[in-house]
Amino acid sequence: MTDTADAHTDEAPAPGGPCPVTDLATDYDMFDPDYLRDPFSAWAELRTEGCPIAHTERYGGSWLPTRYDDLQALAKMVPELSSKSPIVIDMPDALVKDDATGYNAAAPISADPPEQSWTRRALLPHFTPKGVMKDREYTERLCHELIDGFIDDGRCDAAVDYAQQIPPRVIARKLGVDEGMVDDFIEWVRGVLELGLQQPELRAKYRDVIREFFAAEVADRRANPKDDLITALCQTEHEGELLPDEVVIGMCNLQLVAGIDTTWSSIGSALWHFAGNEDDRRRMVAEPELWDTAVEELLRFYAPVTMARNAAEDVEYGGITFKKGDKILMNFPGANHDPDHFEDPHEVQLDRQRNRHVAFGIGIHRCAGSNLARMEMEVALKTWFERIPEFTLSDPDAVTWAGGQVRGPRIIPVTFG
Amino acid sequence: MKIVIDAEKCEGHSRCYSLAPDLVDVDDLGNALVLGDGTVPEGLEDKARLIVDNCPEYAITIEED
Repeated sequence: MTDTADAHTDEAPAPGGPCPVTDLATDYDMFDPDYLRDPFSAWAELRTEGCPIAHTERYGGSWLPTRYDDLQALAKMVPELSSKSPIVIDMPDALVKDDATGYNAAAPISADPPEQSWTRRALLPHFTPKGVMKDREYTERLCHELIDGFIDDGRCDAAVDYAQQIPPRVIARKLGVDEGMVDDFIEWVRGVLELGLQQPELRAKYRDVIREFFAAEVADRRANPKDDLITALCQTEHEGELLPDEVVIGMCNLQLVAGIDTTWSSIGSALWHFAGNEDDRRRMVAEPELWDTAVEELLRFYAPVTMARNAAEDVEYGGITFKKGDKILMNFPGANHDPDHFEDPHEVQLDRQRNRHVAFGIGIHRCAGSNLARMEMEVALKTWFERIPEFTLSDPDAVTWAGGQVRGPRIIPVTFG
Repeated sequence: MKIVIDAEKCEGHSRCYSLAPDLVDVDDLGNALVLGDGTVPEGLEDKARLIVDNCPEYAITIEED
């Protein structure tokens, strides 16, 4: 890319950034609207131009690996790369609270071993393929009810009216909290993970709202056990002691935050893809037996989640020194587009056979909810196609993409017959 | 043909189980286990190769007879 800084001086600065990007290798911008619409060409440019691990000073500074092999290696660098602060932008020190950070924040995702290991063991039995089977019937009913609400209108916003509505209800029911509060949950999660990334005060506010909500729920389950996930976590012991309240509150926080934004982004991206790609939409109508590979391919192509690590010490990797405290963005979406590992990575191939995608991360922090997410995505898409096999994007210019931690479409206007 | 799962590498993605429940099972934590001794029944050889090619942890290998 050539130096065009002078030519850009009369343009408004990129949102949240100091100036337009002129050299991706030293100055990528994870919130730039062009990057959010098409990050694929940026990653390809970095891989081919000899700078597969880019760096920026924006947003407190971070590193961005783009190659599959690097993501595989970096994910296994435990404990040199710590997960205690897995959000892509750190909270300013003044807003950090000790009882809501690291192990307490959102274990196991915000913990390193050994704390990571036992908090993960407590969660996993609820999220195995068999463990999520009991959520399937509810998810199917929910998807039908949502479609009932708009099918006669001949149009809807596939993000707001459908994709966004499914994961909050499924996880609320699993946790055992009031499903009637989904609008609040959506607001809180966007406050923490989307809008709050560049507004630390907002992020801290919603962090506190979520923790206060779950503090009350945990106190209730300690006194009145129920058949739900919060109760199960309250009853989890480590070395003969029940997990402390702040850790259980953090684990509930993780279920809500990680279980909502991410899955709705995957469902939304898939619907956006089919609304704009008629051949692929028709193929799924004609060959529904492809859903197994199609879901994995859509997860690969539109992988929504970028987690982060911080160097726990100075770490040498691939000729680079990550200084202690440096933020490394775990660009799993970028790894999924590496031509060294995926044939024609820029193409969605609904029957792709060889697909070792890493949309759910890899190593000990592999998404604990991946089977629930996969089930929700499969049910949401199959139910949509069963009820609304013909649909199209009615206003492509109205589509907006969120990004940073979780990339996905937030507005998808579609029409159908 | 036999499939072998490296328990040290498996991180419980369950990709193999979702693609080939007739070849693998998962334990209470979601980690994969071969069914029986891992011998692939006749006719399921392609499925065995498919799960190898879809494991993000490179935890599954095939031993040819």
